[in-house]
Amino acid sequence: MSTWCERCGGSLAEGDHAACEAARRFEPPRFCPECRRRMKVQVLPAGWSASCVGHGSRRSPA
Amino acid sequence: MPEILDLARNQVLERGVGLDEEGVLAVLRLPDEHISGALQLAHEVRMRWCGPEVEVEGIVSLKTGGCPEDCHFCSQSGLFTSPVRSVWLDIPSLVEAAKQTAATGATEFCIVAAVRGPDERLMKQMREGVAAIKAAVDIQVAASLGMLSQSQVDELVEMGVHRYNHNLETCRSYFANVVTTHTWEERWDTLRMVRDSGMEVCCGGILGLGESIEQRAEFAAQLAALDPHEVPLNFLNPRPGTPLGDRPVVDGKDALRAIAAFRLAMPRTILRYAGGREITLGDLGTRDGLLGGINAVIVGNYLTTLGRPAEEDLALLDDLKMPVKALSATL
Repeated sequence: MSTWCERCGGSLAEGDHAACEAARRFEPPRFCPECRRRMKVQVLPAGWSASCVGHGSRRSPA
Repeated sequence: MPEILDLARNQVLERGVGLDEEGVLAVLRLPDEHISGALQLAHEVRMRWCGPEVEVEGIVSLKTGGCPEDCHFCSQSGLFTSPVRSVWLDIPSLVEAAKQTAATGATEFCIVAAVRGPDERLMKQMREGVAAIKAAVDIQVAASLGMLSQSQVDELVEMGVHRYNHNLETCRSYFANVVTTHTWEERWDTLRMVRDSGMEVCCGGILGLGESIEQRAEFAAQLAALDPHEVPLNFLNPRPGTPLGDRPVVDGKDALRAIAAFRLAMPRTILRYAGGREITLGDLGTRDGLLGGINAVIVGNYLTTLGRPAEEDLALLDDLKMPVKALSATL
């Protein structure tokens, strides 16, 4: 379950993250939703990958 | 019709001579009701002097983040509190990115690194990467690696890099408001070396950095004086944590005025839609620009942000009956 905003790193329980959610249409995630660590993100022409040292790697939906 | 558009029709459309700074400023100041007329004329100029083809390009970041420079718009500077972390792309992934790009029909693949200029590690990565791409993918390779020495210029030519991107970003009079760690003139020096080497020069910038309309016109005139093969036109996408992170996006009408004005300043250049068009212009504005002087697009994602799916842009080009430039036409 996500605890942290993938875009701003803030707590999803606090504040309004609607703008972050809208911005995510054109942005990959930057913060791990489970631990808030900044992730290593590689953007590729047709997708992205993001890795958190504590929670592993993710890729953009195909 | 406004006097400036009459003048442009005679001078730019008929004779292929671009507008000067004063003329560009007049286009940038056109009232709303004349924007469509300016775009229509810019489109005619593009068709007359460049033709109907659209050059499609993909870009990828070979080295992301951790840059020592302080370009105030950039999320990859290591000097700001941006969430972008440093990461290197390995060669197999670079080749895969080139394949993804070629699969869209693109003829250009630009390898970009967030650096002041390349060090030996980056040049080695380029040597291996460009060779691997050329062995596996039928596509032209371009590069954008910051400021170069003469020996690095020579080496890129030897690798077979055919075009080099180095944006001036903004006009000379505003540059120090945007970058303090190097000068506009240092960028110009790299562009001169690239030009002299025979590589194609790709040089553009970003609108919406806080420059005035007059400075936007100054920038167009300075680019026209450089006479680059390609001008990528970006619109600021304010990035969290950067000094320009709270700036507003460029008004869509101003963006369209700028597209028309830059085309009328540079009738023969490849004028490419680059970053920020999605948030500045949206889908409808993207169409208007392609019918207003733009004749090249970056498809797919950018370096740290995402673009429209390539299929959407390609479908739009098909709908507009604008053929994608073939690789054979670029060689």
